[in-house]
Amino acid sequence: MDIDHDTLVGFAKSWGLFYLIAMFIGVVVYAFWPANRKKFDDAKRNILDEDDRPWQ
Amino acid sequence: MVQQLTSGERQNALVILLCVFVAGLAMAAAGGSDPLGIHGVIVMLFGAGLGALVMRSYYDRQPDPDRLSHYYDDPIKAGVALTLAWAIFGMFMGVWTAAQLAWPDLAFDAGWSTFGRLRPTHTTGVIFGFGGNALIATSFHVVQRTSRARLAGQVSPWFVLLGFNLFCILAVTGYFMGVTQSKEYAEAEWYADLWLVVVWVTYFVLFLRTLARRKEPHIYVANWYYMAFIVVVAILHIVNNLAIPVSFGQAKSYTIWAGVQDSMVQWWYGHNAVAFFLTAGFLAMLYYYLPVRAQRPIFSYRLSILSFWGITFFYMWAGSHHLHYTALPHWVQNLGMTFSVMLLVPSWASAGNALLTLNGAWHRVRDDATLRFIFVAVVFYGLSTFEGSFLAIRPVNSLSHYTDWTVGHVHAGALGWVAFITFGSIYTLVPSLWKRERMYSPALVEVHFWLAVAGTLIYVFSMWNSGILQGLMWRTYTQEGTLAYSFLDSLVAMYPYYIARTFGGLLFLLGAIVAAYNIWMTVRAVPATADRRADVPDTGLAPGAAVTPAE
Repeated sequence: MDIDHDTLVGFAKSWGLFYLIAMFIGVVVYAFWPANRKKFDDAKRNILDEDDRPWQ
Repeated sequence: MVQQLTSGERQNALVILLCVFVAGLAMAAAGGSDPLGIHGVIVMLFGAGLGALVMRSYYDRQPDPDRLSHYYDDPIKAGVALTLAWAIFGMFMGVWTAAQLAWPDLAFDAGWSTFGRLRPTHTTGVIFGFGGNALIATSFHVVQRTSRARLAGQVSPWFVLLGFNLFCILAVTGYFMGVTQSKEYAEAEWYADLWLVVVWVTYFVLFLRTLARRKEPHIYVANWYYMAFIVVVAILHIVNNLAIPVSFGQAKSYTIWAGVQDSMVQWWYGHNAVAFFLTAGFLAMLYYYLPVRAQRPIFSYRLSILSFWGITFFYMWAGSHHLHYTALPHWVQNLGMTFSVMLLVPSWASAGNALLTLNGAWHRVRDDATLRFIFVAVVFYGLSTFEGSFLAIRPVNSLSHYTDWTVGHVHAGALGWVAFITFGSIYTLVPSLWKRERMYSPALVEVHFWLAVAGTLIYVFSMWNSGILQGLMWRTYTQEGTLAYSFLDSLVAMYPYYIARTFGGLLFLLGAIVAAYNIWMTVRAVPATADRRADVPDTGLAPGAAVTPAE
C-alpha cells in the first residue's frame, strides 16, 4: 500500500480525531465521576500522614 | 548498604557484577584501541570496584529480618549523593563551556576540551546525571510512601541506580574521546544505549511491582507522572537510537533513519525528552513534595488528573516545532505548532494547581526557603511553558530559531523549573530520609536560594537580550536589499552577554556546591531525631561554630 499525504490526513481526521476525543471524554468522566470523589479526596490527604513505615 | 542484603542477595549482586565485568572484558577485547576498548576497561573497573565493595562485606552479619517492615531507603540515599555529585560536575562543565564562548582560549588547544566535546558533557551531566539521579531517587521515595509498600526488590533498586550511572559515565567519557552519534541529548553510542534499555526495563518492572504491592487503594497522581516518565522514555530511547554499528569492535554506529525522517525522529525524541524526562518526572516531585512541604493537600486532585492526560497526549505531537522552515512537510510543522500552543492549557493547569495549593500558606513561602524553591520552580514552569508555546509559533520561531533565545528558554526551564523543584524536593527529602530534625544550616539553604535565583535571572535575561539582538541582526536588510550585519558583527555584539551568562551560571554552580556541603553536614553533624538536640538558640552563624552535637 502506498502511504501518501492524503492517506495520513484521512487517518488523522478520522481515527486520530476519534481516539483523542474519546480519550478526552473518558478522562473527564473518570475525573468527575461522583463515586470517585471520596477516593480522590482520600488520596490527596493521605500523603500528609506522618507514618514512616509500610503498611503490613 | 551491603549489610542490608541477605547472603543470597549478595550472591546475586556478585553474579550481576561478574556479568558486567565479563561484558567489559568482551568490549575491551573486541575494541582494542578503539574507544570501545577503553570503554570496556571502564566497564570492567566499574564491575570490579563494586564487586570488591560487595565482597568486603560479604561475610558480614545477616540483615535483621525486620528490615522488610521498613521502607528501603539505602538506594535513595546513594541516589541523593549521586545527584549532587553530578550537579556539581554538570554545572561546572556548563560554566566552562559558557566561558569558552566568551574566551575561546579556554579550550587550551586540546582536542578533548573543544566546545563540541565539552557541550554534551554538560547536557548529559545535568539532564541525565543530575536530573536522572534525582528522578530515580525521588521516585523510589515517593512510590514507597504513597503506596505504603516497600520497594519490590533488594538488588534491583541498586541495579537501576548504579546501572544508570554507568550509562552516564560511558556517555560522558565517550564525549571526551570524540564518541558521539550526533543526536542531541542522545549522543551516547549503541552499546551504552543497549545497556540503558536493560536498566530502564528493570526500572519499569520494579516500579510496577512496587505499585502492585500498594496498600493504598488509589495510585497517587505523582506515581502516574513517574510511570509516564519511565514508559515514554523507554519508547523514545529505543526508537531514536535504532542504529547499526560499523562493527562489533567499533564504537561508531549509523542510525537506521535517513534524511528528514531522521530529523523528525530526533526531535520527536528531543522534545519528548523535555516533556517526559524534564517535565513529567519533575511534576511528580511537585505533586508529592509541594503538598508535603506546605502541609496542605493539592488544591484540586481532579485538575491534576486532567492535566496529566493533557500533558501526556499533547506533548507527543509537539516535537516538529523544532523543524520549522526545514525540509519537513509543512503540515507536520503545523501539527507540531498547534499541539505546542494547546499544551499551554494542561501546563498552566498544573502550575495554577500548584499555586492555588500554596494560596493561604504564603507566610510559609516567605519564611521557608525550601518551600520558596518549590514556589519559584512553579513560577518558572508557568513562564517557560508559556514561552515554549510562543516560540513554537512559526513566525516567532523565524526570529528565535538558532539564536540564544532558545538557549535562554531551555535554561529558564532547566534552571528555573527543573533544578529549583529538584533542590526543593531534596531539601524536603534529606532530613526525613536521614531522620534528622532539620537541615544543618537553614541559613545556607537561604544562601543557596538567592544564589540560584540571581544566577537564573542573570542567565535568562542575558540570553533573552542576546538572542533577540542576534535574531534581529540576522534579518536586518539595508535599503539595497543586502544584509546589514555580517555574522561576525552579531558575534561581537554577543560578547558582553556571554560574559554575563557565564557569571549567572557560576552563581548557580556555587549554589549547588553550598547545597552539597549543607546536605553533607546534615548527614554528618545533625543528630538524629531520636536523640534530641540541646535547646540552643539558632545563631544563624557560620557552620562549625554553630552546631556541635550535644553530648
